[in-house]
Amino acid sequence: MVSRPHGGRLVSRVVSGRRREVLLEEAGELPWLELSLDRAVDLEDLAHGVYSPLEGFMVREDYLNVLGEMRLSSDHPWTIPIVLDADPGELRGVGEGDDLALRYGGRVLGVMRVEEIYEWDKRLHAEKVYGTRDPRHPGVARVMGMKELLVGGRVDLLNPLPNHLEDYTLWPEETRVLFRELGWRRIVGFQTRNVPHMGHEYVQKAALTFMDGLFINPLVGWKKPGDFRDEVILAAYKALIEHYYPRDSVVLAALRMNMRYAGPREAVHHAIVRKNFGCTHFIVGRDHAGVGDYYGPYDAWRLFEEFPDLGIQPLFIREAFYCRKCGGMVNEKICPHGEEHRVRISGTRLREMIRRGEKPPSYMMRPEVAETILGFKNPFVGDHE
Amino acid sequence: MGSGRRGRYTTVSIPVTLYERIRELIRDTGFTSVSQYVTYVLREVVAAHEEARYEEPFTEEDRERILERLRRLGYL
Repeated sequence: MVSRPHGGRLVSRVVSGRRREVLLEEAGELPWLELSLDRAVDLEDLAHGVYSPLEGFMVREDYLNVLGEMRLSSDHPWTIPIVLDADPGELRGVGEGDDLALRYGGRVLGVMRVEEIYEWDKRLHAEKVYGTRDPRHPGVARVMGMKELLVGGRVDLLNPLPNHLEDYTLWPEETRVLFRELGWRRIVGFQTRNVPHMGHEYVQKAALTFMDGLFINPLVGWKKPGDFRDEVILAAYKALIEHYYPRDSVVLAALRMNMRYAGPREAVHHAIVRKNFGCTHFIVGRDHAGVGDYYGPYDAWRLFEEFPDLGIQPLFIREAFYCRKCGGMVNEKICPHGEEHRVRISGTRLREMIRRGEKPPSYMMRPEVAETILGFKNPFVGDHE
Repeated sequence: MGSGRRGRYTTVSIPVTLYERIRELIRDTGFTSVSQYVTYVLREVVAAHEEARYEEPFTEEDRERILERLRRLGYL
């Protein structure tokens, strides 16, 4: 059975029809706040129910509960604060109970009913969410660059963000209908930001063996120089699915959502989000959502134990590698051979090979996937994009 | 403003015999108190009951609109 949305109700704050026209007209007269791309993406995800049961940016009570207890004030598990920051000058004349237009690139995206404007402690936020105050941590660096106040309140989305991957984007209400239509009852979600190699395929197929369907849901949007482009990731997955997965066993759809690199807390967040898409299970691999060596490789697995009421079952699958003696992809739990027989698939090494125009060996990457990637003139994000 | 505060709590009564039984059960486990154990177990049970009571709120019109897009995009 498709999973119940988190908190019991799939949120929809997307306004259409006559009400949208009225709100858009009113928004022109309202005080406004220009959003960063990150916050605009959060707004769209909130409105489409990706963050159900949240209906808007967090008010102080939810925010502090999430920091301290990893739960909303409704007691539902929640590990990552979804907050809107602003400078005092931007909120001059705006008070609690007022409506605020939310703009991106000068265009109205939505409106917010301001419930609360409050101060926050960025260092405490970093410590609680990321487990560190180290400014070299990319998530911490982003938090430290945010503005001085937080604004909480329910939002309405009036215009979508421009999306060049619209035909690859599905929202929770759509996947929930799709999974039912396909007759899937046990659905496993897979989070990725990369092109698939043999290790990913092994992990996905290990999970799919016990499931009706696999939902591959790459995060798209902001990338750093040297990352694979979103189009390349999607094309590579299409090639893999076409050649190596049973028909009607996989759904591939992109999700534009901010990556925080918050390790264990973000792993739980990723699971909650996929629960809202209808998944009943979620693959949690090694160092999920980690960066550098801030988190232990299996810290995320332990954090899941604190949430008996998560409503989505994590599947803890160990890192896969190629064993020359076993003659295939295995993991340390099922392979008795020593390290000298094992070949770890390194994303960095794969990127280097592709950058040189080389096709990785077939034990690392399917030839059809490699050819698809090499077919792009420049598969990587450049320095000035 | 508050810091990483503790949550709010209230009191629920359970028989002393059950309390003792739980206290014995959680000895040398990761649970540090009977309250912590009871909270954990209740959350699990409550979530399971909530799960069983859910129905999708889509109208037939919503469903048709979604199906049309899914067909157009090749998902169905």
